[in-house]
Amino acid sequence: MSSALPVSVDGRPRPARRGLLGRSGAGDRALALVSLLVFLFLYLPLVVVVVYSFSAAEIAVWPIEGWTLDWYRELSRDKEIHEALQLSVIIGVVSASIAVVLGTLAALAIDRYEFPGKAALRFAVVLPITLPGIVTGVAMLSFFSVLTWPMSRWTLIIGHTTFCIALVLNTVVARLGQLPRNISEASADLGAPPWRTFWRVTFPLIRPAILAGAVLAFTLSFDEVIVSFFLQGREPTLPLLIWGRLRIGLSPEINATATVIVLVSLAAVLVSNRLSKQATLGG
Amino acid sequence: MAQALMTETPVRADAGRFGGTPSIELRDVSKFFGQVPAVSGISLEVRQGEFLTLLGPSGCGKTTTLRMIGGFELPSAGEIVIEGEAMGDRPPYRRPVNTVFQNYALFPHMTVGQNVSYGLEMTGVPKPERQRRVAEALDMVRLPHVENRKPAELSGGQQQRVALARALVNRPAVLLLDEPLGALDLKLRKTMQLELKQLNREVGATFVYVTHDQEEALTMSDRIAVMNEGRILQLGTPGDIYERPRTRFVADFIGQTNFLEVEVIGSDGAAVEVDLPGSGPLRARPPEGVPAQGTMTLAVRPEKISLMADLPGSEIPGWDRLSGRLEEIIYVGTYTQYVLRLPGGQELAVHRQNRAVGEGEHPMGETLTVVFNPQSAALLAD
Amino acid sequence: MASIAAPTSEQTIAAARSERRPGGLWLLLPGPLGWMVFFYLVPLVILLVHAFWSVDYLTIQRTFTLENFRTLLTNDLYLRVLGRTAAMAAVVTLADLCLAFPLAYFLAKRVTKHRELLLLLVIFPLWSSYLIRVFAWKTILGTNGILNSFLLTVGVIDQPATAFLYSKTAMFLTFSQVWLPFMILPLFTVLDRLPNSFIEAASDLGANPWRTFRSVILPLSLPGILAGSLSVFSLTLGDYITPTLLGGPGDQMIGRLVADNFGMSNNWPLGATLVVPILVLVSLFIAVANRFGALGRTAA
Repeated sequence: MSSALPVSVDGRPRPARRGLLGRSGAGDRALALVSLLVFLFLYLPLVVVVVYSFSAAEIAVWPIEGWTLDWYRELSRDKEIHEALQLSVIIGVVSASIAVVLGTLAALAIDRYEFPGKAALRFAVVLPITLPGIVTGVAMLSFFSVLTWPMSRWTLIIGHTTFCIALVLNTVVARLGQLPRNISEASADLGAPPWRTFWRVTFPLIRPAILAGAVLAFTLSFDEVIVSFFLQGREPTLPLLIWGRLRIGLSPEINATATVIVLVSLAAVLVSNRLSKQATLGG
Repeated sequence: MAQALMTETPVRADAGRFGGTPSIELRDVSKFFGQVPAVSGISLEVRQGEFLTLLGPSGCGKTTTLRMIGGFELPSAGEIVIEGEAMGDRPPYRRPVNTVFQNYALFPHMTVGQNVSYGLEMTGVPKPERQRRVAEALDMVRLPHVENRKPAELSGGQQQRVALARALVNRPAVLLLDEPLGALDLKLRKTMQLELKQLNREVGATFVYVTHDQEEALTMSDRIAVMNEGRILQLGTPGDIYERPRTRFVADFIGQTNFLEVEVIGSDGAAVEVDLPGSGPLRARPPEGVPAQGTMTLAVRPEKISLMADLPGSEIPGWDRLSGRLEEIIYVGTYTQYVLRLPGGQELAVHRQNRAVGEGEHPMGETLTVVFNPQSAALLAD
Repeated sequence: MASIAAPTSEQTIAAARSERRPGGLWLLLPGPLGWMVFFYLVPLVILLVHAFWSVDYLTIQRTFTLENFRTLLTNDLYLRVLGRTAAMAAVVTLADLCLAFPLAYFLAKRVTKHRELLLLLVIFPLWSSYLIRVFAWKTILGTNGILNSFLLTVGVIDQPATAFLYSKTAMFLTFSQVWLPFMILPLFTVLDRLPNSFIEAASDLGANPWRTFRSVILPLSLPGILAGSLSVFSLTLGDYITPTLLGGPGDQMIGRLVADNFGMSNNWPLGATLVVPILVLVSLFIAVANRFGALGRTAA
């Protein structure tokens, strides 16, 4: 990993290796080893989940005695899980869509304008992902109950949208910050009124960032438990269903479900990463 | 192709260089950013078809002035009139002005052709005409066959030309250029300077050019406005600015100048007699706009000064004459710079053309006598 | 880097150069602003108002009272749980800092090939279900779990140890692993931007590695450290999933108490009151982070 190449991926020339904090190669090797261990620690639970989803035994024990696809078969017949999955996807798509519109509007306002309370707005938008999720959850629960709104998929959508706005805002603001300001000036200079400048120049240039933000928002919504727990109606989302089952007891079927979720998340993150890379390359 | 463009805009091209109503008028224009003044009461008339350069160090207000003409900033006070129309708070997209931006500001997601035709599209030019004019404009900047490429696939110089084509294709009355050559290497910059000057003549549009590069300004401009701290210090032709600077800042910013503190002794109309402490009386050109009295600065450029030893005659009547010890020799290629220490302690730089190899070399420490025409010696108030 | 400095002239110009015509703001702002105020700030206020209400036979009495705060400050249970939670959050934050720093430094300063891929791999667990990772630890640490059966097979122990699961250690381990990416990402960002020449200049000027670390690397990565710490601290402070799945009866954490009060115990006013110390602690942290320009750098 600590290759001898003198040039980094991004083409910046790198000075000759000088070891950890300027010392010899021994320090470097120690650093690499520690990094590897931390990395393994990071992945240990995921690996366990994926591996044991193929284990034949009812309980996860070492060593694995036999392999099976039974848990996936069970999963494919589990109506409850299918319904929960469907709900999670609906909520994720709707929340991410609303968040994309609101987050992009806020990002444009923050990037383009000076207005009183700008810092406060920025702060308020990222607050739901800065404060512990439980605060958002119980606050919204109290709010909805004071309004006597019944808990339903709509309350879940409102809750998810609220923290998803921050993700979209962050990715879009970062992209807008990279655009040379005089690009929109050039458009105005060539006779385009503001809205045409937006649709012809600004929007195409931030579109990858908006999509990346949308994918991340969907992923976060899809995985969320803490806030959802307080805002759920009668039908559970997929994580809430898993949470409910976990409290009763472990089943290897959950491992299979988890593996599927992990794969979906991985695909989403890869797509989002591809999009934001496209964004930095300028489309 | 440039020909074609000209024939289509006969009025502008033939309007006679610098005739008629001014192309741009700035009337006592000021701009504040918060409490900070960026431009302080500038008045300026730019003539039809003129190549005018705003020259000054960074932060002098030249870019802000340009941006106000373009409509990207609104003046805090004063008025801007373009082609006889007061601009008021008219936005950029409703001004008869196009801009070549620093770093070009090409749209990265569009092809070169789309970039150039963008302005035409915005003004509703029908597609067939658009295609023709885009091709013309790209031809004019000598960049055919790149229409379908993305800006990122072009070199800096090519991008520069695209930016020019994109601005000129709309046939603006005024073209604003904001340090457009800053990112190019020296050789390319020189070529582009000539081409810009040529384009200005061919197209007939008024060019307002912003730069901090004095050489660029001298090469291209019909007139130069030297700016500092939000004001125009001097407005004139390149020759005027270079040969007859009115202030020490102008003399210093453009080219190299010796500044000597002198006392005015008297005046005979054609020249002013001054005393340079340690060296005695000298004659100088009378100052412009200020009386010749008291302590003043004598400004004389190093290349206006000759070594006595190099002149065929031993004496040139009426020329100023100074002697000093040779303290420094710097070889610069086309010339060699000698630095003399005058008896009064002042330094004097002299540029001597390197005409023939090994011609008349002088050892350090030698006392040299130098002469210059009093008309080349300007008296400045500051 | 450190954005503690006063605004530079560049920033002033950038600010001055932003849109001069405020008309468009009326198009952009009302939507997001309205949403955040109505669906977030108002709920927060309503939550705080609940803290001053009381409960009478499962119905909320909407009359002002300080009773809940008296309970909070006088009842040993709440203070103990609060202290335990804060301590856990602090220890987890510190552990993650120690774990994340070498990896982030390695990725930012030593890796040249496949840098992006590796970074992506590090961040990925952040987006893979949190619940699943917590659950995985339960599978690993359970009485009949992987660790026990592994140790049995190897012969280190002769009967399953119960000590792994339902303990503070299990919670600590889980928290540290689950929040680790939130620490790595902001650290990587600051370290990646820290010019190598700074580090080299320091060692060139005779600083030993430790000095270089302490006087150059550490101060310059402070915004990243604070941003990552804020995330980890805040996430641990409010969590109730991990204590429920992996904590023992004596390992209650404040998030769990809040959840219970809003759930089974149905004492919302008390639950709302228990949120107040969480808010205070996180706000203090935010204030510190903001002071050093760390806000807006958190991973999520």
